[in-house]
Amino acid sequence: MITRRLFDFPAWGLLNELEPIRRQLGRILENIEGSHRIVGAGVFPPVNLTEDKENFYLRAELPGMKTEDLDIQATGNSISISGERKLPGEDANAKVHRRERDDGRFSRMIKLPGEIEVGKINATLKNGILTVTIPKAEAEKPRQIEIK
Amino acid sequence: MTEKKEIQIKGKQEAATPEQTRPGLVFTPAVDIFETDTDITLLADLPGVTADNLTIDLRDSVLTLSGEVKPFENADEQDIMIEYEVGKYYRQFTLSDIIDQDGIEAKLNDGVLRLRLPKAQKAQPRKIEITT
Repeated sequence: MITRRLFDFPAWGLLNELEPIRRQLGRILENIEGSHRIVGAGVFPPVNLTEDKENFYLRAELPGMKTEDLDIQATGNSISISGERKLPGEDANAKVHRRERDDGRFSRMIKLPGEIEVGKINATLKNGILTVTIPKAEAEKPRQIEIK
Repeated sequence: MTEKKEIQIKGKQEAATPEQTRPGLVFTPAVDIFETDTDITLLADLPGVTADNLTIDLRDSVLTLSGEVKPFENADEQDIMIEYEVGKYYRQFTLSDIIDQDGIEAKLNDGVLRLRLPKAQKAQPRKIEITT
């Protein structure tokens, strides 16, 4: 690392004074690296995909969304989620102190790692969390093999 | 401009407070706050939080929101791709106005909290007669 080389330079008083800052920077960088264990596609909404023997489960946090504002489609072994998040209009005369919640359109395609039963997909939206249950195709399910 | 904007991805923000005594992640919920002459309205995104798991506390003009989220994955599920993490929500606000405690309304629908905090009626201005 370049900082390392710089600070290993003959012990000038000034550089010694900077040492605590270097250490602090290192700690900050470590924290940033630590928080990067989640890899996102960079497209809204972030999704979590899990599986068990029977199904794939696709989940996304979509607070305040209604089922009619959401469109889910399955083609081949991909699921597309698109929709629009609308925020109700507030009093025009109201002073705004914070506006952190976003509205707008979104669209995302997620490819599943195996064949699926397109006709038996089930989706629920509860407490702002979308859960799509996607049954695996018969051929993808693990099968117990009997030893004779 | 008629073109609707697209939602940009924003990672969940981990809360800096409070100091944790129990393990688990704590996130800062996104909020909107509006103020009119009569009340303050706060909207908070709390996906996964149910009414039983949400605590709203107002004391000494400090408003505290804290919401617990139960893990909804089944025990035998295995992760394939994880883009967001699930944890508690926690956020505190200091309110500058005196709030009419009895008039507070809180609604939680589809993971969004709507909190209406009516301002207390200020003492009516009175004209003081001077007697001579």
